[in-house]
Amino acid sequence: MHELSLTESIVEIALEEARRNDARRVRRIFVDVGALSHVEPEALEFCFAAVAAGTAAEGAELKIERVAGAGWCLDCDKKVALSDRYGPCPECGGYRVRMTAGDELKVRLMEVD
Amino acid sequence: MCSVCGCGQAEIVADKDKREGGAPHVHAHDHAHDHDHDHDHVHAHDHDHPHDHDRHHRDDRTVDYGAGVAGVHVPGVSEERIVRIERDILSKNDAYARDNRRAFAANQAFALNFVSSPGSGKTSLLAHVIAALKGKMPVAVIEGDQQTSNDAERIRAAGAPAIQINTGKGCHLDAHMVGHAFAELDPPPGAALFIENVGNLVCPAAFDLGEAHKVVVLSVTEGEDKPLKYPDMFAAADLLLLNKADLLPHLDDFNVGRCLANALRVNPRLQTLIVSAKTGEGVDAFVAWIEASAARRAADLARA
Repeated sequence: MHELSLTESIVEIALEEARRNDARRVRRIFVDVGALSHVEPEALEFCFAAVAAGTAAEGAELKIERVAGAGWCLDCDKKVALSDRYGPCPECGGYRVRMTAGDELKVRLMEVD
Repeated sequence: MCSVCGCGQAEIVADKDKREGGAPHVHAHDHAHDHDHDHDHVHAHDHDHPHDHDRHHRDDRTVDYGAGVAGVHVPGVSEERIVRIERDILSKNDAYARDNRRAFAANQAFALNFVSSPGSGKTSLLAHVIAALKGKMPVAVIEGDQQTSNDAERIRAAGAPAIQINTGKGCHLDAHMVGHAFAELDPPPGAALFIENVGNLVCPAAFDLGEAHKVVVLSVTEGEDKPLKYPDMFAAADLLLLNKADLLPHLDDFNVGRCLANALRVNPRLQTLIVSAKTGEGVDAFVAWIEASAARRAADLARA
């Protein structure tokens, strides 16, 4: 469950930014999680309440935006959708696909009081 | 990492006695705030937000939060209350990993991060390598396990200083734990530093420890499709050690060529060696790889 460590990082980042912005309380945290990243969004949600407890982010809502996987197929010479990180090009079936989106793991913004 | 002070909650054990007597790391989570705050969201806009609770619909809902006056726009919420962050979730670990890399370079330590499933034979293999490196290069080992210091004891018995990190419930080592362990281990300059990660083919892939290379150990009894099932780890590694080669004559359904082809599909740059911690097959080749890679790294650092 490395999602626990990742959730701790999310909360740490949110609390740091809250202090920096003189916020009293964190209401919502918006994170981007790529569909091809090694992260299970449900596990992040599962850990979040426990990790945020006792901090200024207690009771906050974790909003997870899934970023779809995409890649550039060198053989088709165009952007294609990717459903597996090291999967084949859906058009030509070849494996010469370079991932261009889908491994995001980012705290984007938050809503504070 | 602990979310209160940023320290690792893992226990670092220099020897057996310390583990038994060491005080656990305790944080008093005194809540100074009151708990009767209301959770009512007074924003009437609530349902304009993308509700992503149903993961089956995740891909067709993309909302651009960056379209407002201040580059940020959420309907019904004044922009003063929105804080733009744009920070990578792994940025904390990566900062510690950079510190480690500097500390390793300052000490001319050549660090390898060994990753695999539990039971692939990492510790036995390391014991062979320690013996083979005797007189060539000093060796120091950081052992990661959820519990016990059994592995550190095996390494010490093989003749190398070792520190055990017990991660407790943790499924991987992080860079912060390794930084502390390295400081405590304090190896002589120019050492090979072997970091044996927690046995787990998933989580350790994401955490840079500051190592020169990740080395993934796969045993032939695990099946030739492991690289396809757990691609992140094989993509993150620079070297694959295919271990327990002594068992190959007994396995009908393990094809070495297919296994390596699967690994190369997820990582075309992966180097591969076939080894046996039982017979010592391939250990010389791995030792040669370590010496050559350490020399190349030292030359790169000297140029930088």
